[in-house]
Amino acid sequence: MTVTERIGNVVNVQGIDIEVKTLGSGAPIFLLQGEEQLEEGSAFVADLARTHQVIMPSPPGFGKSGRPDWMTNPDDLAYVMLDLAGILGLNGAPLVGCSLGGWIAAEMATKDDSRFSHIVLIDPYGVKVGGPFDVDIQDLWIQHPQKVAAMKWFDQEKSKRDFGAMSDDELTVVARNMESFARFCWEPYMHNPKLKHRLHRIQTPTLVLWGEQDGVASAAYGKAYAGLIPGAKFATIAEAAHYPQIEQPEAVLKALRAFIA
Amino acid sequence: MFAWHFTEMPYPNLPPLDTLSTMRVSLPSSLYDPKIGADLYNRYLDEHMLADDLGLNMLLNEHHQTATCINTCAPLSAAVLARQTSKGRICILGNPVANRQDPIRIAEEMAMIDCISRGRLDVGFVRGVPYEVFAANSNPTQTVERLWEGIDLVSKAWTTTDGPFNFEGKFTHKRAINLWPRPYQTPHPAIWITGSSDLDNIKRAASRGFVFATFLQPHTKVKWMFDGYRSAYQDTGLPGGGGTAYMPLVFTADSDEEAEAGARELCWYLDAKTEPQYRNPPGYVPVEFNVQALKGAFTGRTDAMRKQSIEFLKDQGVLIYGKPDDVAKQIKRLYDLVGGFDHLLMMQQAGHLDHKRTSRSMTLFAKEVYPQVRDLPRTQPMNARAAAE
Repeated sequence: MTVTERIGNVVNVQGIDIEVKTLGSGAPIFLLQGEEQLEEGSAFVADLARTHQVIMPSPPGFGKSGRPDWMTNPDDLAYVMLDLAGILGLNGAPLVGCSLGGWIAAEMATKDDSRFSHIVLIDPYGVKVGGPFDVDIQDLWIQHPQKVAAMKWFDQEKSKRDFGAMSDDELTVVARNMESFARFCWEPYMHNPKLKHRLHRIQTPTLVLWGEQDGVASAAYGKAYAGLIPGAKFATIAEAAHYPQIEQPEAVLKALRAFIA
Repeated sequence: MFAWHFTEMPYPNLPPLDTLSTMRVSLPSSLYDPKIGADLYNRYLDEHMLADDLGLNMLLNEHHQTATCINTCAPLSAAVLARQTSKGRICILGNPVANRQDPIRIAEEMAMIDCISRGRLDVGFVRGVPYEVFAANSNPTQTVERLWEGIDLVSKAWTTTDGPFNFEGKFTHKRAINLWPRPYQTPHPAIWITGSSDLDNIKRAASRGFVFATFLQPHTKVKWMFDGYRSAYQDTGLPGGGGTAYMPLVFTADSDEEAEAGARELCWYLDAKTEPQYRNPPGYVPVEFNVQALKGAFTGRTDAMRKQSIEFLKDQGVLIYGKPDDVAKQIKRLYDLVGGFDHLLMMQQAGHLDHKRTSRSMTLFAKEVYPQVRDLPRTQPMNARAAAE
């Protein structure tokens, strides 16, 4: 029985309604999607669901999950996701996070990684490795949308989304995700100054995957990030930018499956 | 009706606009010549001093990182005018309290200017237009909350006269707040608020006795907002007794040809270019608006007035121009269309409109138009104190 069959697709976590989507059956994987939630309809998740029960919660403010007013950053989201993992009774499941989801996963793991067998972070945000004048993570909000698309995608054709074909309900989720992303990541921009000093607490085997052509945050940044996590492995995915799981699902799945096997 | 002179203090000496992708946020300052800037600052302040001589009031605002407005610190220009003028009221519309780190500093600046001007200051507070969040690095999803927390704190600081208090809010934490000086006016200067669509915010301002101001909007929408204001207005004893304010572009001339030419110059302001990401930062407008934006139906607040003919803008009450009697007629028409209003905020200078033509337009307005519209009645019952005076 999948998690959602057991407790439904809305879980109340400390008074917050959290949306949980589940695909497939088998051993559970806790997957935190990126800020655009492109993973849930992707080949990456469809393929993963052939062998696993992929549990995809929407953190507060994303999808249809509530967003309490007091929450200000991904550190807050991490506590809710940890509480959710407890409510779901997850034990020994891999924790996978993409982009913002990777940042939340890293925050979670620094607090309590005992529930998780493996941690896989795919192009996560979250730390600052350079000095105050260094741009570790490109500013996604001050640049022209076309430039942002070029940074995020190796193949920009894949960036196109047909908003005209979406219902108001679906567009509401898109707009809300954009808004919540800014709410939580505006300042400090895309990082928690504390996280760098907490990553040493992660004991669980960790793999950091990075799109070789990620123009938002370079592979060098990814390697430095991985270097802050004890024993973490680091690998790049060719012909992919910020969303390798969308652009190169086979290569990412291969690395992911080999790591969690 | 009270008339106010206004210019955004533009820096128009730019390369051809079709060669620029934006005039705001990221335009390199190599395009700014400090010598031209010095001339412009002094000229714009001179025009405010002329306004004072002519019996007009002086309206100031501020923006950041933009060639459309080099008045980056309105309290500084207000301080200059507080000292260099003697009659007219001075209004900052407004202090971007949602974009400034320390509301108490604003309270101090305003109290000091109020004292120097001997109580001629009106204090506006604004949430800030979308592109301001970049220069200020304000979280675009929280500017309304920041605005109101800031207003509450400034008001409390102005009116607390028995020693210090602490404040532990959502955005600001301060200890031992104890304002010196306190404002010249009692209980404190009139507060002005701006808006363009959020009726709840307008009613909130009305219920606190603030003045409500809106800019360059079609008259049907202005009436909708002013009616909302009037329905919720409460006299809270502030100087001036609240009221409504509207800003059109205004050009008064000796001939129809000159008027039309001046009107076209003023439209420079409406044509200001801004890259799309600056126009609608995430969370600045509610999710429902962004759903429309994703469908291509909402492109930003000012787009409705961009690229329109001057005849269209004139019909909407957004652009007022002509010989003095024509200008007076258009103001009276607008007054009737929106259910009356109390403050006419006139953008009488924009873009390349030079000093000679600007000052001629201002003078014609003051001498030949203002006497025709000055006595249009106030639209709200005055507060008890103001009515008694």
